[in-house]
Amino acid sequence: MSEYLFLVPTLPLAGFLINGLLLGRLSRPVVSFVACASVGLSFILSLLLFFELKGLPADARIVEQVLFPWISVGSFHVNIGFLLDPLSAVMILVVSGVGFLIHVYSTGYMHHDPCFGRYFSYLNLFTFAMLVLVLADNYLFMFVGWEGVGLCSYLLIGFWFEKQSASDAGKKAFIVNRIGDFGFLIGMFMIFWHVGSLEFRTVMQTAPQVFIAGGAVITAACVLLFIGAVGKSAQIPLYVWLPDAMEGPTPVSALIHAATMVTAGVYMIARSNVLYMLAPDALMIVAIVGGVTALYAATIGLAQNDIKRVLAYSTVSQLGYMFLACGVAAFTAGIFHLMTHAFFKALLFLGAGSVIHAMSNEQDMQRMGGLRKYVPVTYATMLIATLAISGIPGFSGFFSKDEILWKSFSSQHGHPILWVIGFVTAGLTAFYMFRLIYLTFHGRERMDDHVREHLRESPRSMTVPLVVLAVLSVIGGFVGMPHLFGVANYFEHWLHPVMAGAPQEAASHAMAAAGGDTGMEIVLMLASVALVIAAVFLARRVYSQMPQVATRLREKLPGLHRLLVNKYYVDEIYSAAVVRPVVNGSKFLWRVVDVLLIDGIINGLAVVYADISELLRTGQTGRVRTYATVFVAGVAAIVALMLFG
Amino acid sequence: MVTIPAFLIVAVMLFGIGAIGVLISRNIIILFMCVELMLNAANLTLIAFSRALNIPDGHVIVFLVLTVAAAEAAVGLAMVITIFRNRETINIDRFNMMKW
Repeated sequence: MSEYLFLVPTLPLAGFLINGLLLGRLSRPVVSFVACASVGLSFILSLLLFFELKGLPADARIVEQVLFPWISVGSFHVNIGFLLDPLSAVMILVVSGVGFLIHVYSTGYMHHDPCFGRYFSYLNLFTFAMLVLVLADNYLFMFVGWEGVGLCSYLLIGFWFEKQSASDAGKKAFIVNRIGDFGFLIGMFMIFWHVGSLEFRTVMQTAPQVFIAGGAVITAACVLLFIGAVGKSAQIPLYVWLPDAMEGPTPVSALIHAATMVTAGVYMIARSNVLYMLAPDALMIVAIVGGVTALYAATIGLAQNDIKRVLAYSTVSQLGYMFLACGVAAFTAGIFHLMTHAFFKALLFLGAGSVIHAMSNEQDMQRMGGLRKYVPVTYATMLIATLAISGIPGFSGFFSKDEILWKSFSSQHGHPILWVIGFVTAGLTAFYMFRLIYLTFHGRERMDDHVREHLRESPRSMTVPLVVLAVLSVIGGFVGMPHLFGVANYFEHWLHPVMAGAPQEAASHAMAAAGGDTGMEIVLMLASVALVIAAVFLARRVYSQMPQVATRLREKLPGLHRLLVNKYYVDEIYSAAVVRPVVNGSKFLWRVVDVLLIDGIINGLAVVYADISELLRTGQTGRVRTYATVFVAGVAAIVALMLFG
Repeated sequence: MVTIPAFLIVAVMLFGIGAIGVLISRNIIILFMCVELMLNAANLTLIAFSRALNIPDGHVIVFLVLTVAAAEAAVGLAMVITIFRNRETINIDRFNMMKW
């Protein structure tokens, strides 16, 4: 079975080639079939590989497949090779599974779009790149996938490129990502310089001998890698592209900007956990950036009215949670939250897409309300996802979020302040998510009559993926229940061989199991559940029962409200501090240096030669007798010189 | 016995007449004839020296020059006819398209 590992990413590539090369020649059903089947087969293959991996003993769960050497220069060798271990197995299941559902959903959502084939070929290309990213066995090949998903993100955000805002958003995403990529590249160079290899297994095995724990080199390398992750995973200060990425089609937001691509940074850090364990300072930076982003994005989410933007800031915030987990060395918890988040956030986005579909492309929640009876399936599934993301006990988000909160408190890299940040964010998350639910599905119907006439539930191809994801959002958490409940944490066991860099996790659980901290863990858990439930009821009170409270609050705190609505003016600040200086500098280089200086020198030389030629050409009269006269005069001069010289 | 200086004086005169003719004539036919005159001036010099120094090489070269001159005249006249057909003139000052 494992010799077919390379097919997991190759199948979507084949789908991309078929749909992309035969663009406009295939009928819509054929395009849908090719696109969905390629990803679906890839998912089935991933499942088979997962079960094969599961059949192996825990410490032998590694399948490597090297296809061929890619670069071989001196001592620098890079292979095109795939590495399947428990971590990448989880990732390919999430990517191909959620990806498949979103492909199916897209066949319904994009049904009327004239560029159907282009859309699906991009989507397949994205799936290919993402699978390469998670299956690559070295940093450089991972970087290929990393850039590939960035490219597809750009293409799909700007999918409706005839809209100025969409093409701008695509460029913004690409450029901001490139800023992060420079960090990734330099970090990669540093690793190669010191270790002499980019293969994950070699790097992880030799890193503890090569690097001094806590030394400047490893800290710098880890921070640089983290800068790459910050760009890709939309953390402060490079998160600005993600909310704008909502210009793309909604299934794209679900797949790329919620479930898979943006989690690449988390995956990369979890993959490099051995390196990060050697650099506690870098870990602290990761934790702080993650925690601050989680809180910061959640506050912006409170005041947004565009349904997709709320979800976008929520994604930024949840990614912050994942980094918080990685930063306190709870890599397993980070990956666990990545997985559950992929389920419920994809579901939320697809649900939002279904709402937008029903609302004739209206995205403003101020003009929704009372949709519950028109789109019952969407309502039910979105409610489940909201319960999951809020961390209501029993839903998947509860287990993963609680794990992160507990680790940020108890881990030796954790700190009570980090826990407080995560705790407050959990409350805010529950509040703004239920605000979304109440504004959209409950209360007075605020849409106009024309829109109301067209309100109906989405087609089967869209609702079935919603239901599947809803089921996953509920049960997805049970694979990683805390030890507290007296059951085995399968997820942690599964990932344990990969997380060699975090041995203290086992120790902390031994301690927890012994009853040392169990009391504290229960107290913290109850506190966060209480906060979340309080936030839910507050949202219900403010947005469903007494809408005037929200208005009054807005009038009472106009400054704060304006600050939140305008997203802390960060886009404006960046524009003034970064974009405008760069643009003005470029204009200076263009108008002064290039046009005046460089063009001036070249054109000036040309003008000088032209003038000289103009002067000389007057001698060329074209008259034979003139030439003959000059000729004879010349001869006479030479003769005179010979005779008298 | 005619001596070398006499030959050379005649040759210089011939060459001078030819050169001046080339410079001042506008008729292309006359111009050709003047060129022939200059060639023959050179031939005369060659023959004079060949005879005085008793070396036959000069004679040989003269025959060569005569042959080449005949060929050159043939080609030249063909060109003149072609040009005349196009421009309907043999005034050399009107053949001034080969400039710039």
